[in-house]
Amino acid sequence: MINRLSPFLAVMLVVGYAFLYGPIASLVVYSFNASRLVTVWAGFSTHWYVELMHNEAIQRAALISLEIAVIAATGALLLGTAAGYALQRYRRFRGRALFGTLAIAPLVLPEVITGLSLLLLFVALEQAVGWPQGRGVPTIAIAHITLGTAYVAVVVEARLAAFDRSLEEAALDLGARPFKVFLVITLPLIAPALAAGWLLAFTLSLDDLVIASFTSGPSSTTLPMVIFSSVRLGVSPQINALATLFLVTVAVLVTLAGRLMNRPEPKS
Amino acid sequence: MTATAAARPSAAAAHLRIEAVVKRFAPDAAAAVDGVSLDIAPGEFFALLGPSGCGKTTLLRLLAGFETPDEGRILIAGADMAGVPPYRRPVNMMFQSYALFPHLTVAQNVGFGLKQDRLPKREREARVAAMLDLVKLGRLAQRKPHQLSGGERQRVALARALAQEPKLVLLDEPLAALDRKLREETRFELVRIQHRVGITFLMVTHDQEEAMSMASRIAVMSQGRIVQLGTPQEIYETPANRFVADFIGGVNLLEGRVLRAHDGLIEIDSAEAGAILVVEHPVLAAGSTVAIAVRPEKIVFAPPAAAANRLEARVRGLAYRGEASTYEVELASGKLLRVTQVNAVRQAPAYAAGDSISLGFAPGAAVVLAP
Repeated sequence: MINRLSPFLAVMLVVGYAFLYGPIASLVVYSFNASRLVTVWAGFSTHWYVELMHNEAIQRAALISLEIAVIAATGALLLGTAAGYALQRYRRFRGRALFGTLAIAPLVLPEVITGLSLLLLFVALEQAVGWPQGRGVPTIAIAHITLGTAYVAVVVEARLAAFDRSLEEAALDLGARPFKVFLVITLPLIAPALAAGWLLAFTLSLDDLVIASFTSGPSSTTLPMVIFSSVRLGVSPQINALATLFLVTVAVLVTLAGRLMNRPEPKS
Repeated sequence: MTATAAARPSAAAAHLRIEAVVKRFAPDAAAAVDGVSLDIAPGEFFALLGPSGCGKTTLLRLLAGFETPDEGRILIAGADMAGVPPYRRPVNMMFQSYALFPHLTVAQNVGFGLKQDRLPKREREARVAAMLDLVKLGRLAQRKPHQLSGGERQRVALARALAQEPKLVLLDEPLAALDRKLREETRFELVRIQHRVGITFLMVTHDQEEAMSMASRIAVMSQGRIVQLGTPQEIYETPANRFVADFIGGVNLLEGRVLRAHDGLIEIDSAEAGAILVVEHPVLAAGSTVAIAVRPEKIVFAPPAAAANRLEARVRGLAYRGEASTYEVELASGKLLRVTQVNAVRQAPAYAAGDSISLGFAPGAAVVLAP
């Protein structure tokens, strides 16, 4: 039986979606506008996308963003997997509760605070040990790793909680050493969660404006920073086109991550 | 008890030896395994039988090396297993959930242990094929576990546990996940395979029928201890105490006071039975209170008038099971008994609720239980 929507509920649904996605839809629609004015429709055109392809500043920023996102997602995957594994597998150790809280605290920490604290850290480090020299891609990537690690840890911990441990015991029993068991049994079976965690961390890094603004240097302007600063100088439909491409990329990645996370464990 | 002595292996031949093993999961908790000692001979099919929480699975995990004993020793083929990790023990386990690796094929699952042993590829493939033949699964070698039925998965798990030719195979509730009909067929299959490979099997089960029909010896466990050890027949026909009598099959308990003993028989005045009962048993002091156990199938209806242990009762209910019927009857004292009658002819006389009947059992049919 399919529940039919009452007219009232249908209207509320439309209003709700319009509130949430109306602005984004208008942004996407106007990216195909022939006019330079973002409020006047003058016919369909892909002019702004073509112009975007020739905008070197934006292309450079896009490459920097991708580079940072790849480094940050990979770093977050390594650290987050280790943290999630420790939280799920070592049920009792001194400071476990504190470790658990600290590992996922970046999820709820205000970004402004995270960004500011990291900036102060990098400045202090530079004065103390001479590294990092100024701020740029490495500092942004490190900052994004701190954020991404928390997401990966949560995803991996959840996946391991549903993991049938007798599989690992069976492998041990058949003569595989613990590290081998992790490589040939645990890792392949939690791979979807790892991929989902990587994609989430990648998307977070790609999206982030606040933390990146704090930790970036003169030569490391990321894509969100370009969008943000150019909007302040007046909105160009080129930015609409860029935002649309950005939106599509992020939507695809998040959907993919969601699918991987919700993939049921294969039955043994 | 010469039968027990013959069935028990001598210490020298003991293949698996468990010496006073104790396991506690928390320092102040009751011991999950409480001073268990056991010798198992090569090629034996041994069953650990007990209700859930009796420590049988913990004992199995101690043998596999997933838990470490707090006290005592475990020796397999003479070698002390203390400090030996699971991956170095000559023991393989068949898990209750089967624990088949979902991302590997049937052949890869069976060959997993051989790969760890670094057996050359050709030998490995030959051994996997032989194992799959043994469990009649050759045609499914390239399937993944989720493409198999429950019974097929069970056989893959068995083949995997046998592939490395371990000295001992541990089976944790091997038939529990199968449906009833398949379970009964698989009992014979498991025993047949065990005979063929000649490997010692140690099975854990809570199902007394399963333990009795498959194992050559059984240890009944309760609260971390072995309460009785013997062949299925010894356990069933001469239960050591009330727990064993009650746990293994149905049983009727009657209490009474010993009147006198003569000629290997004792006479018991039982108010519950409303009669003087005569039971085969060595001398017992007159006046002591005892309980006797009579199995439901050892009670007969309408015994000869002169027979011993003749009781009058009324039928309360009847459960028809096809091959046999179980009656619930009430004695004059209000005590309820169960009586099983085999339906040997198609129109067996049936008693209905409310019918008055007389019952009896032979002096040799009852067992005096330790208090």
